[in-house]
Amino acid sequence: MTIRFDANEIKRDFPALQRMVNEDVPLVYLDTTATSQKPKKVLECLSYYYSNSNANVHRGIHTLAEEATAGYESARTKIGEFISAPSAKEIIYTRNTTEAINLVANSWGRANLRSGDRIVLTEMEHHSNLVPWQMLAASIGLEIDIIPVDDNGCLDLEVYEKHLDKNPKAVCVTHMSNVLGTLNPIKEMATQAHEHGAVIVVDAAQSVPHMPVDVQDLGVDFVAFSAHKMCGPTGVGVLWGRYELLDGMPPFLGGGDMIKRVYLRDFDTNELPYKFEAGTPAIGEAIAMGAAVDYLKGVGMENVWEHEQDIVSYAMERLEEIPGLTVYGPEAEKRGGVTAFTLDGVHPHDISQILDVDGIAVRAGHHCAMPLHERYSLVATARASFYLYNSYDDVDKLIKGLYKVKQVFG
Amino acid sequence: MEDMYREVILDHYKNPRFNGELDPADITYQDDNPLCGDMIRIDLRIDDNNRVIECAFSGQGCAISQASASMLMEDIQGKSLEEIKDYTREDILDMLGIELGPVRLKCAMLSLKVLKVGAYGVQEWIED
Ligand SMILES: Cc1ncc(COP(=O)(O)O)c(C=O)c1O
Repeated sequence: MTIRFDANEIKRDFPALQRMVNEDVPLVYLDTTATSQKPKKVLECLSYYYSNSNANVHRGIHTLAEEATAGYESARTKIGEFISAPSAKEIIYTRNTTEAINLVANSWGRANLRSGDRIVLTEMEHHSNLVPWQMLAASIGLEIDIIPVDDNGCLDLEVYEKHLDKNPKAVCVTHMSNVLGTLNPIKEMATQAHEHGAVIVVDAAQSVPHMPVDVQDLGVDFVAFSAHKMCGPTGVGVLWGRYELLDGMPPFLGGGDMIKRVYLRDFDTNELPYKFEAGTPAIGEAIAMGAAVDYLKGVGMENVWEHEQDIVSYAMERLEEIPGLTVYGPEAEKRGGVTAFTLDGVHPHDISQILDVDGIAVRAGHHCAMPLHERYSLVATARASFYLYNSYDDVDKLIKGLYKVKQVFG
Repeated sequence: MEDMYREVILDHYKNPRFNGELDPADITYQDDNPLCGDMIRIDLRIDDNNRVIECAFSGQGCAISQASASMLMEDIQGKSLEEIKDYTREDILDMLGIELGPVRLKCAMLSLKVLKVGAYGVQEWIED
C-alpha cells in the first residue's frame, strides 16, 4: 500500500510555484532536471542560518560557531542516512555533482591509474561525467571505452561485458539519464565491474532526488549528486565514497580545513571527511541541504518515485498522441520523470519560447549531453521534466501548449 | 513575446529567400552555435567592384536564426563589402522588428557573424 499525495497540495510548499509569469499566467515548472524549485522549509532554513547562526565552521569556540558547526555536521549525518551510507565520514561536501566527479578523477584517478590503463564511459553521460575523465585520460594516457546507447535508449550491456573483458580500472556511469530518463541497472553493472576488478563511479544527480537510493544495496564505490536538484540550494553537492577508497586517496584541493598540521615545507592531511573539504564551505547551503532531505523524507522517496512514474507514463501517452512529435528513450516503466522530444519542422528553441508565453517552462538544447544528441543525429531537443510538485494538470497544459506551437508553425 | 513569431518572421522561416549553396562562390563561410544547435552557411559571389551579385544561405536552426539569415540575404543584394562592414546588431533587430533577450540574440546574430567573418575574418566580429 502506498500513500499517494496530492501534487497540488505539495505545490503550495513551493513559493516559486505560486508566481505568475508574463504578468498573469501561472507558472508550470517542467525544468526540474536542470534544477528543482525549493520548498519554504528549505528557504526558511537558509534565512534562519544567515540571520542567526552565521559563523565559520570548526575551531570556533563561540556560540554562533558552535551552532554553525553542529548544523553543518548534523546535515552531513542526515544526508548519509538518506542514501544509507555506512558512515557520515564518507559524505564529502562539494559544490555540486561536477566537482564531486572531478574530485574522484583527480584524486583517486591520479593515485590509481597509469598510462595505458582503460576506463569505461557511456554514450548517455552528462558532460560532467565525460570531460573530467577525458581530461585525466589526456593527462596520463588512458584508453577510453564507450558503452553505446541502443535503439531503445538503453545501454548496450553486451558491449559493456566486452569492455570489461579488457579489465578496465574504472566504470563511470549515470544512474539516470538527464535526457532519455533511462534508469540504468547500476546494481548489476557494479557486480560485473567488481568481478573484473574495476571501481564504479555513479553520477546520481538524477536518481538521488527522485527515488530511494541505497549506496550499500547498489554495491557501488563512488556516488555524486547535487543539492539543487533535490529541493536544496545551489552551491553544495556531495561525493559519497567507500571509506577504504576515500581513506587511501590523496587530497584534491589544498588549504585550510583539509590539514591536521602545516609546516613551512610540508603538511599532514586531516582525516575524513575534512581531508577533501579545503577552505570555507557553503555552510548555510549544506545545512539547507539537510532541510531538503528532511522535506523529501517527510514525503517519502517511494512516494516521490511512484508519483513521477504515474506522471511520466501519462505524459508519454499524451505526447505520443501529437502528430510529428517524437519522444526519445525507453518506455515509461524504464525511465524517470524526464521526456526529451522533438516536433517536426519546429526547432526546440521555438517550442520552448512559445510555451513560455503560457508560463510553461521547458528546456531546449543539448542538455549538456552533446554526444548523446549526436547518437540520435540531433542538435537539440526540448525537454519536459517532472517532480513531486507536478500534476496531471501540468501535463495537460504542456500538451495544449504544444498544439499551439504546431498551430503557429503549421 | 508573442510577436517574436510575427507573420513576417514565420514567412521567412517557412519560405526562406536565397536558400541554398553557390558553387563556385567567391566567399564561403559557416559557423554554428553549438549551445542551441543553430548552423548557418553563407556563399557570396562578388564582382570586380566588390559588390555582392549573388548570395545564398543554408543551415538549420530556430525560426529566429533562419529568418534573420533570409532577411539579411535579401538586404545585402548589390551592396558592396564595404557597406556590409557597417551592418550592426541594430540593423538585424530592425529587420526582425522584435526585441530579444540575451539567449535569442545569439540566434539572431549568427548570420551576421557568418557574413562578416566570411568577408573580413574574425577580427571584424566583436561579440557583445
Ligand atoms: C545526470 C547529470 N549529471 C550531472 C549533472 C551536473 O550537475 P551539476 O551542474 O549540479 O554539477 C547534471 C545536471 O545537469 C545531470 O543531470
